[in-house]
Amino acid sequence: MTRTVVIDPVTRIEGHAKISIYLDDGGEVSDARFHVVEYRGFEKFCEGRPFTEMAGITARICGICPVSHLLAAAKTGDKILAVKIPPAADKLRRMMNLAQLTQSHALSFFHLSSPDFLLGWDSDPATRNVFGLIAANPDLARAGIRLRQFGQTVLEKLGGRKIHAAWTVPGGVRSPLSEEDRQWIVDRLPEAFDTLSLALGLFKGMLDDQLKAEIGIFGEFPTLYMGLVGPHGEWEHYDGKLRFTDSQGTIVADGLSEDDYHQFLGEAVEPWSYLKFPYYRPLGYPAGIYRVGPLARLNVCSHIDTEAANRELQELRDRAGGVPTSSFLYHYARLIEILACLEKIQELVDDPDVLSDRCRAHAGVNQLNAVGVSEAPRGTLFHHYQVDENGLLEKVNLIIATGQNNLAMNKTVAQIAKHYIHGSDIPEGLLNRVEAGIRCYDPCLSCSTHAAGQMPLHLELVAADGRLLDEVYR
Amino acid sequence: MSVKTLKIDGKDIAIESGTTVLQAAKENGVAIPTLCHLDGVSDVGACRLCLVEVAGSNKLLPACVTEVAEGMDIQTNTPKLQQYRKMTVELLFAEGNHVCAVCVANGNCELQDMAVLVGMDHSRFPYQFPDRPVDVSHEQFGIDHNRCILCTRCVRVCDEIEGAHVWDVAQRGENCFIVSGLNQPWGEVDACTSCGKCVDACPTGAIFRKGSTTGEKERDRAKLEFLVTAREQHQWTR
Repeated sequence: MTRTVVIDPVTRIEGHAKISIYLDDGGEVSDARFHVVEYRGFEKFCEGRPFTEMAGITARICGICPVSHLLAAAKTGDKILAVKIPPAADKLRRMMNLAQLTQSHALSFFHLSSPDFLLGWDSDPATRNVFGLIAANPDLARAGIRLRQFGQTVLEKLGGRKIHAAWTVPGGVRSPLSEEDRQWIVDRLPEAFDTLSLALGLFKGMLDDQLKAEIGIFGEFPTLYMGLVGPHGEWEHYDGKLRFTDSQGTIVADGLSEDDYHQFLGEAVEPWSYLKFPYYRPLGYPAGIYRVGPLARLNVCSHIDTEAANRELQELRDRAGGVPTSSFLYHYARLIEILACLEKIQELVDDPDVLSDRCRAHAGVNQLNAVGVSEAPRGTLFHHYQVDENGLLEKVNLIIATGQNNLAMNKTVAQIAKHYIHGSDIPEGLLNRVEAGIRCYDPCLSCSTHAAGQMPLHLELVAADGRLLDEVYR
Repeated sequence: MSVKTLKIDGKDIAIESGTTVLQAAKENGVAIPTLCHLDGVSDVGACRLCLVEVAGSNKLLPACVTEVAEGMDIQTNTPKLQQYRKMTVELLFAEGNHVCAVCVANGNCELQDMAVLVGMDHSRFPYQFPDRPVDVSHEQFGIDHNRCILCTRCVRVCDEIEGAHVWDVAQRGENCFIVSGLNQPWGEVDACTSCGKCVDACPTGAIFRKGSTTGEKERDRAKLEFLVTAREQHQWTR
């Protein structure tokens, strides 16, 4: 008898989702799906608002990474004003994104995922969480929590508040860093570096030992990767050009501008999820599967232009024997990115520009169609606005990082389910592994289901041999 | 000069005749909440927040347009008035689309302050979510009708202080809205001198400087009274 196993809700992720696993007559997994069951509507209700409000409105899409939408909206706003923002604003915005990447990755690694690694996949679910971690390893838990606090506090010192600071605006930022706050960052950086060193050492040890098997099962398959890179192909998080690479490390497309995103990105929909399925358009759907986020950023770049992080990147590549293709290594990539962020924050606090109050350009509406891009913790984020001649929004499109990993997340869930689930007796620890496959991507479903409008429904009745028996469109 | 004697909240007061109850209360240290009142321009009694109880009258009277009278016994802060004021503010929130989190006036808004003052933590009335436009056709300023509470301060400052009379009120009841010129886009109204007094006068984020983002609205409200004093008394003091 066929059977469907439902994991609802998926825990320790940001948002609401469920996973369905379909078993065939023999009790083997025939398919698995990751359903996103929440719905927002931002693209629709932003219409008619002044574009200057978009940073404030779209920031509310999510409180987990409260800076990503602010930055993407402000960068799109810069283009509508048709201004080049002052150097101080560029550096201050960069510092804010680095702080955000640090706090968000720390949350994902220490609070959400490390209980699986440190307490065990099969440990009691009642304590397999950050509180269980605090009880089992209080020093590591405290260090992780303080690392996140460091990132959050830098956000507060820059923007006046930790969440949804209305500080990043079209044309730049509202205010520079104060000398006192700069000193606070300088004083706290050594502790953050120590925490990173501890976590990297611990996690690499586990990858050699108890987590070795997971690398081959948790999303180990070839896909494309997409991310921003700098002018010399270096790791980038705020500006630059888009690059696609494949699992052999070959550059598939390079120097792409966000302005042309519709030429290389398509957005498919499926009737069983509110989350869209972006794909690389030249390869079609679903063959154009690509991944974004920490691992993708590390895979598309040639190097990281800070010393310690670049050393770790080379070690990651050496360990993988080339391009790391397992989504389980997103956790590893997150730690390397935090290290890069800390090194870059250290560079920025020594730059006198971050104290300059020439940090905002003023202008009117000079361009009616604009696309902004930035790297959110979970991957590349696009905002596309079309405004009327007075700056009121006529059309909004948002392409969110988590959506771009949707195809890969579904494939990961199916891969893990097929590996671990055989027959009808399914221990909880196995289901936890399926959820953990999703956690590799640290998905933010609040962000990724911002869309509005009717979901096109296409129902297919498919026979076991793959023949299409019937189909209905609504 | 004739003087009237009366009581406000039990306090004996003697004040020049022709004074409003609101002025009399203010001069004697009694604060009465207001939203549509603005120093320097005439009063219209639009917001109903300054309603007071007067002994012998079975109606609540708006303090801003009620003149003092001999022997009046006025109460300004009874439980009944507190209840009415809270209800009035709740109705204002329910009637428009007031999203403080993304508003230019967040943290510097008289409606927001009033909600705090009257102890409003939610609206008991269903939100109407009206479909209202935003007009940013003016080169410097914009008006977001979603945030307008129809206090008509803009209408009065433009007419009485600037003398341009750009603003008016159109329609009736719940369909009322503020119009510029002959219901034209603001940017097309020749009469507008772009003086910005309406921006200073607006109690909410309804009229704002273009380009302002969340919480950035600043006002120089004292400038309005300064202009009136300068014009009428030839005294240029602030």
